[in-house]
Amino acid sequence: MTLVLEQALNGVQLGVLLFLLAAGLTLVFGIMNFVNLAHGSLYMIGAYFAATFIPWSGSFIVGALLALAAAAAVGMAMEILIFRRLYHRDHLDQVLATFGLILFFNELVLMVWGPAGMTISVPTWLAGQVTVIPDVPYPAYRLAVLVAGLAAAAFLYVLVSRTRTGMRIRAGASDRKMAEALGVNIRLLFTGIAGLGAALAALAGLLAAPLRSVHAGMGEDILVLAFVVVVIGGIGSIRGAFVAALGVGLIDTIGRAFLPRTLDAILSDPIADAVAPALSTTLIYLTMVVVLAIRPRGLFPAPGL
Amino acid sequence: MRPSSPATRWALVLLVALAAAPVLSALAGQMFYVFLLTKMMILALAAVSLNWILGYGNMPSFGHAGFLGIGAYTVAILSVRAAETQGGWLASTFVQLPLAAFFAAIAALVIGAVSLRTRGVYFIMITLAFGQMLFSLGEALEPYGGDDGMNLPLYATIGSADLSSGPVLYYLVLGLLVLALAGSHSLMQSPFGAVIRGAKSNETRLEALGVPVYRYRLAAFALAGAVCGLAGALLANQGGYVSPALAAWTYSAELVVIVMLGGAGTLFGPLFGALAVIGLEEVLSQYTEHWRIIFGPLLILVVLANRGGLSGLFRVRNNV
Amino acid sequence: MNLRSIGILAVLGLAALAFWISNPPTQNDGVRIGFVTTLTTGTGVIGADMRDAFELALDHMGRTMGGLAVSVSYEDDAVDPNIGRQATERLVQRDDVHFVSGFIWSNVLLASYQAATDNGVFLISANAGPSQLAGEACNQNFFSTSWQNDQTTMAMGEVLNAQVSNVYVMAPNYAAGRNMISGFERTFQGQIVGKALTQFPDQLDFAAELSNIRAAAPEAVWVFYPGNFGTQFFQQYSQAGLLGEIPLYSTFSIDALNLPQIGDLVEGTQMTQSWSPDMDNPANQKFVADFRAKYGRYPSFYAAQAYDAAMLIRSAVEAVDGDLDDMDGLRRALARADFDSVRGSFSFGKNHFPIQDFFLREVVRDSDDVFTTRIVDVVYSDHVDPYAKDCTMQR
Repeated sequence: MTLVLEQALNGVQLGVLLFLLAAGLTLVFGIMNFVNLAHGSLYMIGAYFAATFIPWSGSFIVGALLALAAAAAVGMAMEILIFRRLYHRDHLDQVLATFGLILFFNELVLMVWGPAGMTISVPTWLAGQVTVIPDVPYPAYRLAVLVAGLAAAAFLYVLVSRTRTGMRIRAGASDRKMAEALGVNIRLLFTGIAGLGAALAALAGLLAAPLRSVHAGMGEDILVLAFVVVVIGGIGSIRGAFVAALGVGLIDTIGRAFLPRTLDAILSDPIADAVAPALSTTLIYLTMVVVLAIRPRGLFPAPGL
Repeated sequence: MRPSSPATRWALVLLVALAAAPVLSALAGQMFYVFLLTKMMILALAAVSLNWILGYGNMPSFGHAGFLGIGAYTVAILSVRAAETQGGWLASTFVQLPLAAFFAAIAALVIGAVSLRTRGVYFIMITLAFGQMLFSLGEALEPYGGDDGMNLPLYATIGSADLSSGPVLYYLVLGLLVLALAGSHSLMQSPFGAVIRGAKSNETRLEALGVPVYRYRLAAFALAGAVCGLAGALLANQGGYVSPALAAWTYSAELVVIVMLGGAGTLFGPLFGALAVIGLEEVLSQYTEHWRIIFGPLLILVVLANRGGLSGLFRVRNNV
Repeated sequence: MNLRSIGILAVLGLAALAFWISNPPTQNDGVRIGFVTTLTTGTGVIGADMRDAFELALDHMGRTMGGLAVSVSYEDDAVDPNIGRQATERLVQRDDVHFVSGFIWSNVLLASYQAATDNGVFLISANAGPSQLAGEACNQNFFSTSWQNDQTTMAMGEVLNAQVSNVYVMAPNYAAGRNMISGFERTFQGQIVGKALTQFPDQLDFAAELSNIRAAAPEAVWVFYPGNFGTQFFQQYSQAGLLGEIPLYSTFSIDALNLPQIGDLVEGTQMTQSWSPDMDNPANQKFVADFRAKYGRYPSFYAAQAYDAAMLIRSAVEAVDGDLDDMDGLRRALARADFDSVRGSFSFGKNHFPIQDFFLREVVRDSDDVFTTRIVDVVYSDHVDPYAKDCTMQR
């Protein structure tokens, strides 16, 4: 029983990480109607920046904040140079252009930081274990990731629903022209959102880095999953992204934890060996197909989209 | 034949050059280019099929490479059976290619039936998901190498020759490509094509006129899957090797890039796109292993600079 | 930038391509070698290490073999069999190489080798060792300076037989991973209380599996996680608090490339391998010392294998006095393996895979407080891989 609880905790932790990544993606997609394939690159850049600034500043927190700022800057630069010229274009044109960005950034990090990749060590004050579930020493760092992610979710919620900026964001999403007519500076707003999305992706990247190491192409490893979360949750909906991310995180983790053994009991060994891992990943895709079959626009489709 | 536009003229020049290429390569003693151009033409063939649904039909499929995988593995399975049973007919090109197309079409019907109920980015994600599922399926196929892939025990035969011969495969592919382009033209000029293209611009109106758009789209999707399966079968014979990597979303993305770069919804776009992408990859990679850092921004520039891809360069007015 | 100028640029570009095609890069008249490895993507560090080692070998031989100048063309495979295949075709058909080497990944090798071997070009694999090429599909033009996938883990099985009665096994779910496990299962006689095959290459978070390990409470854990995966696995293993708790063994998961980052975590853990930087034959001492001097780090086993490949090729070229058209002579010379390997004595089995010793190694700090590995014991002497008997080639 404790194992189930422990795996559930793992699933929630993964879900929270996915949420951070999906939130930025769904914001940009929902509000600016822009498909940013290079969102994974921002995740990667955030990790690389953190891996550079943390040793340089000697502090995990300071390094992380610097990395977030730097990544936000990159995100805003991307918006100004590329995104804004493509808002009126087809989604596929946006896909193509941001795909070019992926290629560019993957090679760039190889050339700037070398082929060996980097690591970020877990800060010493988080290196131990915490007994959240009785008899289960759970890595303190993963717990911290969970807390950080939930804090970010809360921050986003407050930002979007309780502040003026959030109001402008929502206004810009539902009716851009009207918002502009009412004096909202849409250009600035969109640049700001791109920056915010980039910072969220970077946060996910630097939080994941001590677990997953920092290397070229690390964004693409998780990008597809992030898109799945966005689609299941409903494009443009942060609440949807949260629910979907937790769901996907739990399904993926529980699937990987218990499916192989369940299959072992039913099927013969070699078949189970070959099928189980394939099934675990396929499970996520199947979930998406099923959800879309029942609710074609995701769980919480944002109005006006 | 369509009135002679600049794009058509360039495309015809290109096709003639392709027809002459093996001879020139042989004279220069550089058979590598036969290999390279064969690959380019096969990808162009796959891109032609993707163009029908993505370009003309606005069904942006991100799982199209899955059909490449199905075609390739059909060949692999037939090849293995042929080697085991000494059954020559199983290895014949005239059996392998049609079967590859057939199975790919079946898969496309199933995938399309589910996916075509969605639109836009949801369609992208569902097709991507199916593509990845096909990829996982390929990896689970232990008897056929799993993710190691496997070498074909036999190449497909045509009469007394087989497709291990560079020139034989080359002209087969060229012939199929020309057929596909001609077919593409006829298809899109036909009433069927008119529905597909019409649905791209105004689906509601067509529905209101009583046209069962969904069924037409499904048919187009299946046809595109079939031709892509054909391309997959050719790819398997070109390398003498199959692997599930062929079905992964990165290859689907490459096909999308080829179609978009060449000009989506244009007749010769897939051909220009394939030439540009394969050609650039080849040339740039000789200068640096980090060639993608040039290719990426180049892609961005092309998207930013003009609307019709490479085909758009030739068009002064926007008439398809 | 208007349409017309883009159009002109495109035409010029195509013209340049046509011109370039008709003028292939100038070729050296001496020995031409192609090297296919991974230079981009997240695992490019391995290819870079192999290239560094190959270059060092060339330096050591003064860039000549048997009096002929040597030129090497390095190609990237981006971990993609299709790209690797194309690179091999290019090297063989356009660049007219005499030898192709490199190949980290089994699937890239399987896709590519025939492009070389069917065209009279020798292929020396410096890492990948799939069972097909060791057994039924063994090829007279194929040689390996590494090992066959099952061997190193067979050695690990033997080691664990003496130490524990049950073990939990983890590896990524791809062909090499499964080969490693099957090799282990050949020799390990105890109980495997759990076997986790993780999704390759996407899965980098092992939380679920680590929780299962803790719940199963095995006497030891054995893993195979190459490259990046190794780094990540050990970090997560340590964070889960399992590091001091359950003895950890590995193969191919800890190497000179990731030791700088995880050395603290894995100090004292043990692994099996067919080479170690502390082997005391003259060739190895020179290799390791010069590698450290030139590149500032220890060489990995990938590097050692690449270095041996270069030396093997030289021995063959010298044996035929530079007559590169003498295919049979070259083949016989290659099969004789008459060179000073960094592994000490070196010979090929009839399937052209090495017959070599396998060692138990341990992670230690050297006198400069840098992490490296050191041999603890010999597990196998002159070990022949289990697929050699399926190879019907005559030597």
